[in-house]
Amino acid sequence: MKAKKGLVVTKVYRPEKGVLQELPLFTARISAGFPSPADDYIDRKLDLNEYLIKHPAATFFVRVQGDSMIDAGIHSGDILIVDRALEPVDNKIVIAILYGELTVKRIKKTKSKLILLPENPNFKPIEITPEMGLEVWGVVTHVIHIV
Amino acid sequence: MADDGDDKAMKTDREKQVIALVDCNNFYVSCERVFNPGLESKPVIVLSNNDGCVVARSNEVKKLGVIMGTPAFKCRDLIKKYDVKVFSSNYALYGDMSQRVMETLSQFTPEMEIYSIDEAFLSLTGFTTLNLTDYARHIRTTVRKWTGIPVSIGIGSSKTLAKIANKIAKKNSEHEGIFDIHNNPEINRLLDGLDVADIWGIGDKYAKFLIRHGICTALQLRNADDEFIRDNMTVVGLRIVHELRGVSCILLETVHQPRKGIVSSRSFGRPVKTLAELRESVADYMASAAERLRGQKSVASFIHVFIATNRFKNEPQYSNFITQRLPVPTASTQDLITYAMLNLLKIYRPGYRYKKAGVMLTGIMSDNQAQLDLFTPFKYKANRKIIMGVMDEINNRWGSDTVQFATAGIGQLWQMRQSRKTPRFTTQWGEIPVVKG
Repeated sequence: MKAKKGLVVTKVYRPEKGVLQELPLFTARISAGFPSPADDYIDRKLDLNEYLIKHPAATFFVRVQGDSMIDAGIHSGDILIVDRALEPVDNKIVIAILYGELTVKRIKKTKSKLILLPENPNFKPIEITPEMGLEVWGVVTHVIHIV
Repeated sequence: MADDGDDKAMKTDREKQVIALVDCNNFYVSCERVFNPGLESKPVIVLSNNDGCVVARSNEVKKLGVIMGTPAFKCRDLIKKYDVKVFSSNYALYGDMSQRVMETLSQFTPEMEIYSIDEAFLSLTGFTTLNLTDYARHIRTTVRKWTGIPVSIGIGSSKTLAKIANKIAKKNSEHEGIFDIHNNPEINRLLDGLDVADIWGIGDKYAKFLIRHGICTALQLRNADDEFIRDNMTVVGLRIVHELRGVSCILLETVHQPRKGIVSSRSFGRPVKTLAELRESVADYMASAAERLRGQKSVASFIHVFIATNRFKNEPQYSNFITQRLPVPTASTQDLITYAMLNLLKIYRPGYRYKKAGVMLTGIMSDNQAQLDLFTPFKYKANRKIIMGVMDEINNRWGSDTVQFATAGIGQLWQMRQSRKTPRFTTQWGEIPVVKG
């Protein structure tokens, strides 16, 4: 009896779960004869979740209270889509933890400094010193604003 | 002989298994901390249903000597003295966060078993090109980043060893939450440092038995005589011993088994005396159990109802339970409540202060294999199924209890005391976290 060779795993691929596959409804009757020219162009339905959320396990929704980011298009009362899987690189709008509270600001990273920038002339930038410490809660990807 | 060869090959396969146990540190507390970062490093306690006892403690609270399951009132002084933050369980939040953790973990392995709300076994068999400790560190960092939940990871060549490795990972902070015991040259010393009572699967009774026979450490159990173990601890005990030796006997259960019995019961916030209030609560519990039953596409053939007074109080005691076989297996809330009410009436006695009530559904089977009673018309009609379907959908979208049966009572006074529950940050639009703009 030959000894079985073990499998070596090099990468794990997972099938995508939870994507609702809507089947198109053919509105033209299938008849012998001439088909509708639109039949070849039946496409799928647009799904907002697919468009807005890249990492469902890491995506959260938060509500904004305050105007400090109004020039970035973020108004008080808006809902933000926050992705914790993304890297908080320079110039990203993030949810930061400051003195135990969640706050939304743009981060500015230079070689020597870390600054939280508001987007409203009435608010002052906040420089983060090593003693203060800054933890990023997540990166803001989209704003949901009711017009 | 072909059979021997097969066994040997299978045994070597089972020895080559590598399993990681990932579990969340102080899960309920950690969930609260994600949405309330001010709680980090502070002593935090989470209480059970009805705010009765401690079901989760932060490390700071563990250091104060509070043990799991302590009744809340016993901690009152401690809570005041050390300014301990206390919360009621927020199961909607914990359930959702658990799903997120499990989903995050699933990208790291082809085979995973969700063991409980905060633990999972991951198969790392065949990952021979990787340094497993580094890989585990990557898993830990990713889960922390994506969900905010800190986890500990133990790696071993069997589930039992993975659990032991996980314990070791937690015990010494120098391990930074990761420990790999498989192929570890120190394994004998490590197993010698572990009491038999702390091994997964060894309960109090067996622990006492083993200690009486001079088997006090995991190392001693590992080296115990097979026949002695099988004779006194059955094949289940023998399996544990083999697992300690590095042979994986308890396989990963990757297929979820539907529940064979569904229980719904709670203690009351304040004692209940009237039949009317008991009816309300029992109807509510039955509705909840029925929803879970339909959720796994099953029907039930037996219902059980029980009520009890508070046995810790110095007052007249009464408790009882009743079982009924249903003429037709069903998952219809209307039918189940009807039977529950009839049976409750049979066991209710006036003049007692009831502390707890509950229902149980058993004889559960898939809803397309239910046997029809020859002499009873088939009651579980299609339209009832549709009504139940719509109810479930509404409750799914707007939160459970949006649509209820009137018997379940509106404005239930006997509801659990849950005065310190945080918002459902991830499952209700009206309760998502607020950030300062």
